[in-house]
Amino acid sequence: MASKDFIRKRFFPHIWCPGCGHGIILNGLVRAVENLGLDRKNIVMVSGIGCSARISGYVDFHSLHTLHGRALAFATGVKLSKPELDVIVPMGDGDALAIGGNHFIHAARRNIEMTAIVMNNRIYGMTGGQFSPLSGYGTMGTTVPYGNIDHDFDVVDLSLSAGATFVARTTTYHVHEMIDLLTKAISHKGFSVLEVLTQCPTYFGRRNRIGDAVQMMETYKTGTTRIGSKKKQENPELIERGIFAQKELPEYCREYDSIIEKAKRK
Amino acid sequence: MAKTQLKEHHIELGWCKGCGICVHFCPKKVLEMDDQDKAYAARPEDCICCRMCELRCPDLAVEVICESPNKKKAAAKTMEAANE
Repeated sequence: MASKDFIRKRFFPHIWCPGCGHGIILNGLVRAVENLGLDRKNIVMVSGIGCSARISGYVDFHSLHTLHGRALAFATGVKLSKPELDVIVPMGDGDALAIGGNHFIHAARRNIEMTAIVMNNRIYGMTGGQFSPLSGYGTMGTTVPYGNIDHDFDVVDLSLSAGATFVARTTTYHVHEMIDLLTKAISHKGFSVLEVLTQCPTYFGRRNRIGDAVQMMETYKTGTTRIGSKKKQENPELIERGIFAQKELPEYCREYDSIIEKAKRK
Repeated sequence: MAKTQLKEHHIELGWCKGCGICVHFCPKKVLEMDDQDKAYAARPEDCICCRMCELRCPDLAVEVICESPNKKKAAAKTMEAANE
């Protein structure tokens, strides 16, 4: 099956703005699914609300477009009732870490097998460019016209301390790396988090005077480096990309099944 | 190893929103924007089939159709076999 067979062509062109990085993530995701040779009837994509959440409408898998921030809660329900399904949960930065912050840390802690993709564009794009928990100190947004005084989360650090068993980061510029990490995240047996830095040229790029989509992607090229590289030691400002954790721990659905078995024996 | 050869750039014009990502990041500067702000292959002979435009296209509008010479030979052989 070609990667284009995994999208719902009738809904194209999609609603995202010209140059929006979310489209690149969709592009990478269908290729990762193609590489893995997964059956699309066996995949469920659960999303919440926001620009990022619209991705579930464009893939030809089972899809569930749910409440703001609650995608992981719905996904947990899906996975627990049908553990044989592959569950992919794409979320925006606000969706995953502001409104859905608690769902995020607890899903990570339980180590339930699903793939959480944090599409980090550092802003609420759909509602007009309000700052999010990942905007960062000093950034501009429509609700922070004099500069943001909130500090941001580091998604990788947060996921690691919450107990996610696969944690990785990439950008929309590094497409081959993105496809590779998506492939690894989806095939991981446990809760996997992949943060993808993605450009919002309409709000974040414009408000912060970074420029258009191309210039924003150039900043990913120059502003990031591979994990543990020499460049990072020379310039600590650089954002690291790659796999930060990959470990095996008892998975929630399998543990739950063993509890049922135990209870039946008594 | 024989080189992969370009057959064509298929660009879905109705999907392309003219962001220019493919044009900017093409290592061989094959693509350009037309007067309607849609991408097109201005110098297809320079294409090295790296598919970076296809992979980075946020609109999923670009497809680089390539063929490897080996496959071409194999296809020709099957055609011959079928004709016989």
